[in-house]
Order: sequence, then C-alpha cells, then structure tokens
Amino acid sequence: MQATPFMTVQDIGAAIPDGSQVAVVKDTSGVAMSVTRALIRRGVRALHWIGVPQTGIQTDLLIGAGCIATLETSAVSLGEFGTGPRFVAAIKASEVRMLDSTCPAIYAALQAGQKGLPFIPLRGLIGSDILARRADWKVIDNPFAERDPIVLLPALRPDVAVFHASLADRYGNVFVGREREALIMAQAAYATYVTVEEVTDQNLLADDARAGAVLPAIYVTGIAHAPGGAAPLAYLDYYEQDEPLLARYAREARTRAGFDAFLHRWLEQDHVSA
Amino acid sequence: MTTAYSQVELLISVIAQLLQGSRHVAVGASSPIPGAAALLARRLSGGSLRVTILGSRKHNFFTNGSVELFDLAAQGRIDAFFLGGGQIDGEGNINLVGSGGHYPANDVRWPGSFGSAYLYYLVPKVILFREEHTPRVLVPKVDFISSPGSSGSNVYRPGGPTHLLTGLCLFSFDRAARRFHLASVHPGHSADEVRSQTGFAYDAAPSTAQTAAPSEAMLALIRGEIRDQIAETYPRFAASQLG
Repeated sequence: MQATPFMTVQDIGAAIPDGSQVAVVKDTSGVAMSVTRALIRRGVRALHWIGVPQTGIQTDLLIGAGCIATLETSAVSLGEFGTGPRFVAAIKASEVRMLDSTCPAIYAALQAGQKGLPFIPLRGLIGSDILARRADWKVIDNPFAERDPIVLLPALRPDVAVFHASLADRYGNVFVGREREALIMAQAAYATYVTVEEVTDQNLLADDARAGAVLPAIYVTGIAHAPGGAAPLAYLDYYEQDEPLLARYAREARTRAGFDAFLHRWLEQDHVSA
Repeated sequence: MTTAYSQVELLISVIAQLLQGSRHVAVGASSPIPGAAALLARRLSGGSLRVTILGSRKHNFFTNGSVELFDLAAQGRIDAFFLGGGQIDGEGNINLVGSGGHYPANDVRWPGSFGSAYLYYLVPKVILFREEHTPRVLVPKVDFISSPGSSGSNVYRPGGPTHLLTGLCLFSFDRAARRFHLASVHPGHSADEVRSQTGFAYDAAPSTAQTAAPSEAMLALIRGEIRDQIAETYPRFAASQLG
C-alpha cells in the first residue's frame, strides 16, 4: 500500500503554487485555517480561490494579504460578524476578479469534475444577473424536451482542495463524516491536502460503520496533523469559535492599517503545533 | 386584555401561520426568526411538518452535505424556504450582491447570492423576509438581480415568492400580475406609513387588515418550547429576543 505523505502545515502551504485554482469549504465544514496562515506566511500570489459554496474569514484574510486574484463563490460572510471587510474593500477597488455564483452551481460543477464530465446542466439561474455576468456559462435548449431552456456549467476540477477533518489513519484515509461536500471537492480536485485533529493507527476502511463516510487515500495528496487547525472557527465538538477574536477581526480589518496590525499578530500566534 | 409582545414574537407567529399545511420547511443560515417560526409551525401541526434548519445538527438530517438541500428542492421535497435581500423590488426580484456604482465594483457590496438563484425557482412557497422596511431596501428596481421574482412561461419554475414580510406589514405576491398586494399592516403601524416607506408600487384595498397579534398560547410556546429548541442553533438570539 502506497503511503500518503504525512507532512507539516508549512509543507502544505509550500505545495500550493502561485496561480493555483484552490477549493475550500464553508465555515462549518472544516476550514483549514492553519494552512491559511502558512499560505500568507509564504506570500502565495494570484490564487483562483473557490469557496465551496460560500466562505468567510479564511478568504477575507487571504484577500487582505494580497494572495487572491480571482474569487469564485456564492458569498463571503463572517456570519453574525457581518460582511468580510477586506473582501468589500477589494471589490470596491477592483483588486479581485469576482465570479459571483450560487451554491448549487458550485456543487454541480464539482460533481461534474468528480465524474470526469465536461459540463453539467442546472435548473434556476435563468433571468438572473449572476448568469448574465458569467461568460463561462451557457443556456441551451433541453434536447429531450420542447421549450425548456437550461443552464450548462463547465466542470470544475480545482488544482488543489484543502480542508480540515477530525480523523485520518496512518494509511492516508480521512474520515469526513457528514461533510460530504469535502469529499466531492476532493474527488473533483487534482490534489487534496487535509489537516486533521487526530491520527489513528486503525485502518478507517476496515470499520464498516465508518467506511461510508471516508475519503479514501487515493484522493489524498498530503495530511498534516494539526489539532486546533480550524480555529478561530468552530470545529464540530472539538472547539467553539473564538468569538472575541472574530469580533476583533470584523472591527479592525475595516481599515488597511487595522487589518495589517491584526494579520501581523495573527501570523505570530500559533494555534497549531506543527 | 392581551399580553404585550415584541416585534420578533409577532413576526415568528405570522410566519408560523403562513407555513401551515407545508410538509417540509427548510431554513437557511443566519435566519433565527424563520427558524423559530418553522419550529413553531411544526408544533402547531402536531408534529406532521418536517423542519430542516441549516447550521443545526439536531434539526438537520442531511448526510450528503448542503448539496442535499438543493437536490431535495429540485425534486420538490421542500415546500417552503426563506429568502431576503439587500434590495427587493416590486416584481419580487431580489439583490443580495450590492448596490450603487457598477457591478462588480458596487458602492455597497453584500456577501453574495448564496443559493437564491436556484431555490427561488424551485421551492413552491418562498417567503421573503426582511425586517427593515425602508425605501432603500424596498426599491422600484434592484441594482443586481440575484434571482428574479418571476420567469417567462418557458422557464421551468415551480417555485417563487408567495409573501414578503417586513417589520411593518405583510404583502402577498401575485405571480400572474408580478406585483405585491398589501395583505395586512402590523399593529402600531398604518397603511400610510407602509406607503411612505415602500419604494415600489403595490396594490392595496381601500381599508387594510391588521396583522393578527400572537395569541397567549402562541406566546407561551414561543417563550418556552420554541425558545429552547432554537437555542441549539441560535443561543444568543434565544437568550436576548425570546422572553
């Protein structure tokens, strides 16, 4: 059995080249915040960043740090802490190319990628300005019916998928539980890096009760053992969100200087002993 | 003698009434009032109404991630959902992207469209909900259509808006006419106030009904059972807003 390389968070940051198309999950599905820190530290540039299907502080930090050239997602939000301040500033200043989408379009395009299909049809969208602004999407007539226009989306096959999970085994299998979208994303991507809370010596695929919710090692490029790797976001029952920190971010990142000062301190801090 | 109630409690009870008869109600992220209302509607249905709350682990059976929400909607397995908007216009078009300036560099940028450009087409009963009722929200024409209120007859569209609920009133939506109709004005407010605070044209009867206040029994449920249930997903909302 070919072993999946266990690596450090820094190694993952280094393995994601400038200009890559990178897919990440929404805040509640296991965001690899430790990798965000590693990417900013190494000064990654010109990423095509895909929030599956929406995204939050992870993306806002990377935009503020100048790492993202193109952003494709259905929303950027800090939840109860408001809109991402650096996202808003970058949009107004036209510093980021924005590809506004809608949640099911991102999922469907990844599912096409997962199946090795060139495109996938999707309901909805017709008559929206989202569709009007997406030169890469097309409307065709349903070839199986009369008078039924339907949108076609090209498949998404990201260069890299990155997420945080609870458990990996020594063989490189990753338990995703209910977070099936992480699995879709990983199967669509050319390379997948995962940070995990825990590592077990037991083969996860040998346990029938869990095997159905496992991303098998064939899809996994690298794993870093990074307990606390989703902080300051909440992660399942492992930890709550760091509310004071998120509130401070929402406040301070409204100005360039405030963001720079926050980022400087955040990069010093290490939730992860990698 | 009626018990005093808050605007939040009124809105919860209004939405709960609108949801009666639904089999499955789904509630999106950051929606504590619709979430509480859906749980109340379930209670009032005697448990026959199924509620799915995104962001909840207890009130959410999805084992296929959020993809499942969209797949269920496309198959007609969700009867009611909620959408809002930074702008909503008189034809029911909603804008969750931004206003002013020129897209994409709008003067004001909001988070984004989320699943609206899909669910608005597919869920039969979409209740538009926005507490702020001002001319800057309820505009003649949205600056960006995240999702249109109606579609041409050749577009597959089993779903769309049925109502728009604000802090001042309840509108119903006439799909054929593509217009809102003022259904009722909340206690303490007037039809004139609604007129002056609404940026789009709508239909109204010469005399408008008043929105029914929540009954004692309803308030007891909201402040007891429902408060406890919604606290799982929205602890601070439950603690600060519900009795």
